[in-house]
Amino acid sequence: MDTRIAEDLRAPRQTSWLDFVRTHFRDYGMLLSLLVIMLFFQVVTDGTLLRPLNLTNLVLQNSYIVIMALGMLLVIVAGHIDLSVGSIVGFVGGLAAMMMVRWGFDPVTTTIACLVVGGLIGAAQGYWVAYFKVPSFIVTLAGMLVFKGLTLALLGGMSVGPFPVGFQRLSSGFIPDLFGGEGFNYTSLFLGVVSVAVLIYFSFRTRANQLKHAVETAPFGLFLFKNALLAGLVVAFCYLMATYRGLPNVLVIMAVLIALYAFVTNRTTIGRRIYALGGNEKAAKLSGIKTERLTFLTFVNMGVLAGLAGLIFAARLNTATPKAGLGFELDVIAAVFIGGASATGGVGKVTGAVIGAFVMGVMNNGMSILGIGIDYQQVIKGLVLLAAVSLDVYNRKK
Amino acid sequence: MNAILEMRGITKTFPGVKALDNVNITVKAGEIHALVGENGAGKSTLMKVLSGVYPYGTYSGDIYYEGEERRFKGIADSEKLGIIIIHQELALVPLLSIAENIFLGNEQAEFGIIDWSTAFSRTKELLKTVGLSESPETLVTNLGVGKQQLVEIAKALSKKVKLLILDEPTASLNEKDSDALLELLLRFKEQGISSILISHKLNEISKVADAITVLRDGGTVETLDCRSQDIGEDRIIRGMVGRTMEDRYPKREPKIGETIFQVENWSAYHPLHAHVQVVKNVDLNIRRGEIVGIAGLMGAGRTEFAMSLFGRSYGQNISGRVLLHGKEIDVSTVERAVSNGIAYATEDRKTYGLVLDEDIRKNITLARLGGVSKNLVIDDIQELAVANDFRKRLRIRSSSVFQQTVNLSGGNQQKVVLSKWLFADPEILILDEPTRGIDVGAKYEIYTIINRLADSGKGVLMISSEMPELLGMCDRIYVMNEGALIAEFDAAEASQEKIMHAIVKSGRR
Repeated sequence: MDTRIAEDLRAPRQTSWLDFVRTHFRDYGMLLSLLVIMLFFQVVTDGTLLRPLNLTNLVLQNSYIVIMALGMLLVIVAGHIDLSVGSIVGFVGGLAAMMMVRWGFDPVTTTIACLVVGGLIGAAQGYWVAYFKVPSFIVTLAGMLVFKGLTLALLGGMSVGPFPVGFQRLSSGFIPDLFGGEGFNYTSLFLGVVSVAVLIYFSFRTRANQLKHAVETAPFGLFLFKNALLAGLVVAFCYLMATYRGLPNVLVIMAVLIALYAFVTNRTTIGRRIYALGGNEKAAKLSGIKTERLTFLTFVNMGVLAGLAGLIFAARLNTATPKAGLGFELDVIAAVFIGGASATGGVGKVTGAVIGAFVMGVMNNGMSILGIGIDYQQVIKGLVLLAAVSLDVYNRKK
Repeated sequence: MNAILEMRGITKTFPGVKALDNVNITVKAGEIHALVGENGAGKSTLMKVLSGVYPYGTYSGDIYYEGEERRFKGIADSEKLGIIIIHQELALVPLLSIAENIFLGNEQAEFGIIDWSTAFSRTKELLKTVGLSESPETLVTNLGVGKQQLVEIAKALSKKVKLLILDEPTASLNEKDSDALLELLLRFKEQGISSILISHKLNEISKVADAITVLRDGGTVETLDCRSQDIGEDRIIRGMVGRTMEDRYPKREPKIGETIFQVENWSAYHPLHAHVQVVKNVDLNIRRGEIVGIAGLMGAGRTEFAMSLFGRSYGQNISGRVLLHGKEIDVSTVERAVSNGIAYATEDRKTYGLVLDEDIRKNITLARLGGVSKNLVIDDIQELAVANDFRKRLRIRSSSVFQQTVNLSGGNQQKVVLSKWLFADPEILILDEPTRGIDVGAKYEIYTIINRLADSGKGVLMISSEMPELLGMCDRIYVMNEGALIAEFDAAEASQEKIMHAIVKSGRR
């Protein structure tokens, strides 16, 4: 019996490429599908998909979905759901419009106020969910109705705009070129290269640490390939963008938020606790985790991000309409589930949610270019959601 | 006597593992046949083969039932022939009535319309057979575990059972309910119903079994005939572990110091019924290096006491004082209790102890993430080192610390729970049924861990329903009944009889 234990405890073996890919299929499967979908639309749209102008559009169109997916991931991992985010987008957008256009506040004050209001809305809903134990589905369904109604009331049923130029920059602005390139934004390329360098530095450092402590690691070849692919994609993307107008401001905000939330979920105690809370609330509670407060905070966070998304969306349209944000919650929730989160909580990744959001985004964009009507677009998106989650469930069973 | 069931040369493989290797078992008509073995020995797999959960073709070997070879394609096939299995986790719908549960999937109906009067009258008869006097309309959720178990058996009877298979039926029952259940099995035997009883409780097996088949590592070790000779527990254990267990409890020289932990006048009330006092003015103390037990029947209020103490996780209107090293400490939330040096390892590790989807590493550090992080950022490497250290020290059998805890056996899961609380580094560790559902070998390892903790100068409070375990492990034993401590014995003077006597005496008052 002792030999068996000794055998169990010895350092894990270096695994072969194929074994590693097979066991980590779930980690890479999503990214792979996104690439396949992109390739497909690139071909059928005769290369329109990856034109710099369209890429920029793609980012602008999906930024608010991605940003909300970050918050929604935490909510879903914690074992809840938030149906109200679309209405919050509309309401905050409306509030921003009224503040700037009607009441004469400057963009900075407005932005801060709107984020605070988003947080307060999240807090109000989180309070009922966390401390009163009302199911989040009900609370946020109520919130969805309430804020849809309040948006209408606030705007008096009319569209309000346009916004000051400074505010529009949030969505339509690009990062300025510090090097003064003619028709080529060197700053964008520079930023891309820097972020790739940082990414690679960290992934090498992690790997070195892992090797030192005999953790199972990807085969070195695969590791190199993965990093090279990622670096290549990022640099190529930044290059394409630089040939047009550079990186949009929104993209930078989005990238920073993605990095931040990936870090929070993977490496911080609060992130770890949210996963434990969603995985087994009772066990988390008996391990000294303040489950109520944590649930409350995930909703506050969601509210702030929905507020931010509301600002970005309003700035993009340059007007606030009572219909803004309609149905966004569905796209956001779908993105998180396509990205591999579990409906019962405890499972899900930031990268997955972001990829999920882009899967939806690329399909929206690609199908629009192809001239597929909004009717069949929805049918197709619905089927893709079902297929992605079924595949995930099937994989998990294996 | 003829054999009702013969399973010959059953072999069942899962990818990479041979779960059953040429297993033979013969059950004679009208006998109680016990099936024993350590966790993972293949008992449940064998029963799944028999009942058709693993259909014909996925295993090799033959099944003869009532003299004919049978090839079951699913549970429905085996049930039709009167083979009924009652699983460890009860399969009743809590919010349906007893009658609805008994006839679930087998409704007393014509053209899909249920005949309730027949259903109710038949339910009444069935309940009478198993010794229940509840109304058929009672919701199952309002019954205790013992009675739910009986409802399951009544449900089996409704299907004209000939061979009843019970998987750990008494694991969550108190002594009285267990006895009633065993009585019932004996009565069924007289009526010619055979049963297969899977249990870890060897005393029960030696009480009722006519034959015992011992499995070890997926193979049949032996079949013991209890009719011709008296088979003692030690004999069964020898078969199960392949060696004699001279001592089921590791030796230890207690080094007991000064009193480090005191609870004074602790009371708690039922969370829903504010007037029901569940914990009544408990006073207890633990000394340095001491293992203190709390004995009592199921429902005596021991778990409730421990949980109310640990961050008020149970009950309301809690009052009393807790002192550590002579100073009163705040235990009003779990977080405060933990940071003040109290830990509680639950009796129900799957529901309250582990995040099953997460790996071993993350479960171990959950209660003290601060110990592996700096400024709220977790140090992966340090965390891994901690997890590996516990895995090695506590011999958590697993492929690595990245294995999900849901895939571990009961004993190894319990070791993860213990690791979690050892890492939290408490002064006082409260253990609630630390060896429930764990096989003999793993129990010994857990005892060793507990002893080591006590010897390092901490205090241990151990709640257990297995009295031999308390007697074998503890330096001092409190006895609890109906929420109050009613007696206290030193290890030297304690005995099973004395404890039972104290409980009976207090109940009479």
